[in-house]
Amino acid sequence: MFSIKEDRSKFPTKKADGTLDIDLDSQKYVKIWQGPNHPGITGNMALELTVSGDEVVQSKTHVGYLYRAFEKLMERRKFIQCFPICIRMCVPEPDINEYLLAASVEELGGIEVPEMAEWLRTLVLEMARVTILLRGVPGQGGTMSLGMGVQWGVYVRDLMLDRFEELTGGRVYHMYIAPGGVRGLLPSGFKDRMEEVLKKVDEFVVDIDNLMFNNAVFKVRTKGVGIIDKDWIDQYSVVGPNARAAGIMRDVRKDYPYLKYDQLDFEPHTETDSDIYARSRVRWHDLQTSVDLIRQIMAKMPEKGEIRAKTPNVLHWKIPKGETYQRIESSRGEYGFYMVTDGSAYPRRINLRGPSYNSAMVLLEKMLVNANISDVSSLMVSLATCPPEIER
Amino acid sequence: MKEILEKIKTKYEVTDVLQKRADLLFFTIDKKMVLDILNYLKELEGFTHLVMLSSVDWLEENKFQLTYIINHPINKHDIAIRVDLNRDEATMDSIHHIWIHAETDQREIKELFGIDFPGSPGVDEDFVLEDWDEIPPMRRDFDTLEYSERTFFPRDGRKTYDTKEYMKSKLYPDDKQ
Repeated sequence: MFSIKEDRSKFPTKKADGTLDIDLDSQKYVKIWQGPNHPGITGNMALELTVSGDEVVQSKTHVGYLYRAFEKLMERRKFIQCFPICIRMCVPEPDINEYLLAASVEELGGIEVPEMAEWLRTLVLEMARVTILLRGVPGQGGTMSLGMGVQWGVYVRDLMLDRFEELTGGRVYHMYIAPGGVRGLLPSGFKDRMEEVLKKVDEFVVDIDNLMFNNAVFKVRTKGVGIIDKDWIDQYSVVGPNARAAGIMRDVRKDYPYLKYDQLDFEPHTETDSDIYARSRVRWHDLQTSVDLIRQIMAKMPEKGEIRAKTPNVLHWKIPKGETYQRIESSRGEYGFYMVTDGSAYPRRINLRGPSYNSAMVLLEKMLVNANISDVSSLMVSLATCPPEIER
Repeated sequence: MKEILEKIKTKYEVTDVLQKRADLLFFTIDKKMVLDILNYLKELEGFTHLVMLSSVDWLEENKFQLTYIINHPINKHDIAIRVDLNRDEATMDSIHHIWIHAETDQREIKELFGIDFPGSPGVDEDFVLEDWDEIPPMRRDFDTLEYSERTFFPRDGRKTYDTKEYMKSKLYPDDKQ
């Protein structure tokens, strides 16, 4: 019978210490830098790829192009002054940082948040999730030159940003969540205008299903590509949609209910294939879950109520010595703040834990070995890499 | 959480126990026992998820604090293990063989705090800084203002005014008071 025996002679062998024996002078291998300025890279990050033909044999992630020392800056600022800094730690989804900083300060400072404020916070966080997923879901197609979905997503996202502007005054950075509560009530007629946007999102969900998930090229290039083994979930601390695509339920909203999520009825979607297609599909379902949650929140939340608890003067607010860890489900998975205070008006240490910290560094380096060069960017985007949270 | 704390107390000497929330427990343990307790909690008690490895500089007490936050994904609670290190000999055992991705945390802490983790893969490589020859920047005794004034000298042509006086002179030029 006819059989193909693959020629593996061009691939590097392992040296005694376990590293690969790659001699660039042998002309068998080429080094390619993908990034820091490259359309296939989210944000500023670089992948140093060693390729043999069109197959990656070694990959290394380089960060440091975006380091702005936010954690250091926050140690020299009062708690209220940390807000404008911390929101910039994740540019497309700033509200999670606002919430985590406020929740940590409230926990250590002993402040109870009014119920109405908790509802409004839940609403804003779900709106933020919709905003980022409107870019994230079609963005997967964008890495394979299916740019149309991205354009549609940007349009609907813009409508959602209008609602943000109406509610908070800002489009990208909102600064709506503050220690003790939120900054304002819903404007009159907000719910109707929000419902109009949600209808547009519903249409977008159907369109993107037809455009991307039923597309033969998309399927061929994503099914069975970039599989995260189930065993790796714990080994690499994979969280959120990436874990759910492997059939392992990880959702902070369900596991550690914060704000009003315990009063809302939802079930995060899981898949079992754990490839790029499954991860995109999980995000697509997440988008629908968030839309449904916004409708539930708007139906269940009270019309009026106190929105901000009384706090000490924020410029002279000394928080007792203590430490805590607060977590939240971002669109990419578990996102947390570890805050340490020392009794002064300044935080002693704020450390951020982002899901990309593990997935874009060690996990991506492992997954890219034996991948085709043309799959590199789609693999990276499927892990929902966000470089700003690696280098804070 | 109480049962697990009792179990730990029979095996290890823990101090400064703090039950922060029903699902979050803090305690301090001796530096030599860290690998042992992390292995025990991961393999036998099901704390399979390393949330983060963080460090805090307590300059006044001449010590670094390392915090290992580990999570039990099934019972849904966290333990934060604190370890105190002497600032003068800041070295800690690496845990990359327990959780592979801890090598990134350790690489970052080595660069930003100067705490060494011998044997951790790539721990001596640059993480976010390039050609840095000052003291590690996240240490409390690193003076950011002094560094930036020395490195990014004031540009010519820039003049600083007292805001109150300047506004007054612009808005009310005739007012001599």
